Amino acid sequence: MGINKYDFNEKNILKFDSNEHEIAIATKKLQVFYGDNHALFDGDLEFERYKITSLIGASGSGKSTYLRSLNRMNDNVARVEGEIQYRGLNVNSKKINVYEMRKHIGMVFQRPNPFSKSISENITFALKEQGLKDKKKLEEVVESSLKDAALWDEVKDDLNKSAWSLSGGQQQRLCIARTIAMKPDILLLDEPASALDPISTSKIEETLVELKKRYTIIIVTHNMQQASRISDYTAFFHLGHILEYDKTKHIFTTPKVTATNDYISGNFG
Amino acid sequence: MKTKLQNNIAITVIRIIAALVVLILAFLLGDILISGVPHISWHFLTAPSQSFTSGGGIGVQLFNSIYLLILTLIISFPISLGAGIFLSEYAPKNFFTATVRMAIEVLSSLPSVVVGLFGFLLFVVQMDMGFSILSGAIALTFFNLPLLTRNIEESLRSVPDLQREAGLALGLSKWKTVTKIILPEALPGIITGVVLGAGRVFGEAAALIYTAGQSATNINFGNWNPFNSTSPLNLMRPAETLAVHIWKINSEGVMPDAAAVSAGSSAVLIIAVLIFNFSARLIGNRLYRKLTATK
Repeated sequence: MGINKYDFNEKNILKFDSNEHEIAIATKKLQVFYGDNHALFDGDLEFERYKITSLIGASGSGKSTYLRSLNRMNDNVARVEGEIQYRGLNVNSKKINVYEMRKHIGMVFQRPNPFSKSISENITFALKEQGLKDKKKLEEVVESSLKDAALWDEVKDDLNKSAWSLSGGQQQRLCIARTIAMKPDILLLDEPASALDPISTSKIEETLVELKKRYTIIIVTHNMQQASRISDYTAFFHLGHILEYDKTKHIFTTPKVTATNDYISGNFG
Repeated sequence: MKTKLQNNIAITVIRIIAALVVLILAFLLGDILISGVPHISWHFLTAPSQSFTSGGGIGVQLFNSIYLLILTLIISFPISLGAGIFLSEYAPKNFFTATVRMAIEVLSSLPSVVVGLFGFLLFVVQMDMGFSILSGAIALTFFNLPLLTRNIEESLRSVPDLQREAGLALGLSKWKTVTKIILPEALPGIITGVVLGAGRVFGEAAALIYTAGQSATNINFGNWNPFNSTSPLNLMRPAETLAVHIWKINSEGVMPDAAAVSAGSSAVLIIAVLIFNFSARLIGNRLYRKLTATK
């Protein structure tokens, strides 16, 4: 059974009623090209505020490409066309100050990537670079961010130790803490638990569910159980097309698109 | 059975070759140290050299070597750092970058005597700088620049891209990411390269014969005003280094104890280079452990 047989016009994309739902970020006709390779076609999605949205799909489906375009991490490697609407601005415009924008749209990566600095410096580093000098304030941010990332109790006595002395799962939560220390609006996560063991994974998941009270979370995941456990909405990507976007429970119980149904029942991917 | 036999033969041959390399090195070092170390004394290390009588030392030459090395590093490190950062972090794939890379390749393969002659014609003669420490330091910079640049580029490149993404995703500019995150992480590798390069520069003779000159003028260690011609710090005085001294004694030395001075100088040079090599490893490892806190 080939994976190319699906009709890319068979789509089911959820649109929100703007009177009832607050949209945090949305894309219009987002296209991504790596050289001649057209990696993403017409990405049209809206993300509701204070919800977790999962992006699922097989490898090479374009879900990571889509996510990394949202805070312009693909700028140097790909050509991104279309609109990314955030607070009335088109983020995908040359006029946007990307460095400023990334403070509002933070990102956590697949592999933990703490800096070769101490645990507390990992969190305060970017803040200091922005000019925050007040020691007391910085200490407060370290504590609150680590608490938000559910790491405080494990590291509160070792704040001056190197971040590399932590376990992989702890490092990833430190990366989440580092990102939310910037007080972003939106948290993008690119398969944040794929390199971690099940216990660390479930801790990250608990953390995310807690965080969605204050952040809009968009997460790419390979793990369908993870998507169904934690997310409110799910988008299904296939070969660069977004074929279905709906409430998570609809996607996993009564998908309307053939490709989605085949993917979640394990026929490919 | 045949594969096993082949394997055993291959491993044995490789072992013999490796042992041979170690043996040659041990023989060289042993010979130089055994014949030279007995001549090393505090007097030998500090006294000025003698041209016609015995009992001369290498004090001035030793100082010249160290001073020249420091000057060379002061000139070449900032240039290499800039070039290394450019090549590793910013250089687009275009004709200009390719040309820079090729220039570095060519520069690194130039024989040092050619670099020395070039320095002689340009700095000593054309620019009228004379046989001077400054001419020597610039010639040694040419010699050191390509290796140091390549080392810095490699060290920066070996920092995973994840670190760059981490910095950018926190809203840091590319420059901040490079200087505050990538550079500190590459530091152990860079320091190791600088110290290893220093060892090479310290032992270099051919590039200096025609630039820093072959005479150790009398310098007055009580006078540290760099503008005074007898000051050790004077940039425009000729300065024979230890390596040049060894070459000169062996080609035209007329002092009665020439063989002993040569052996002693060689031993000092070898010991210095060994110290550079071992400290490069030590410092590199220390820094790495400190940065990653794997105690």
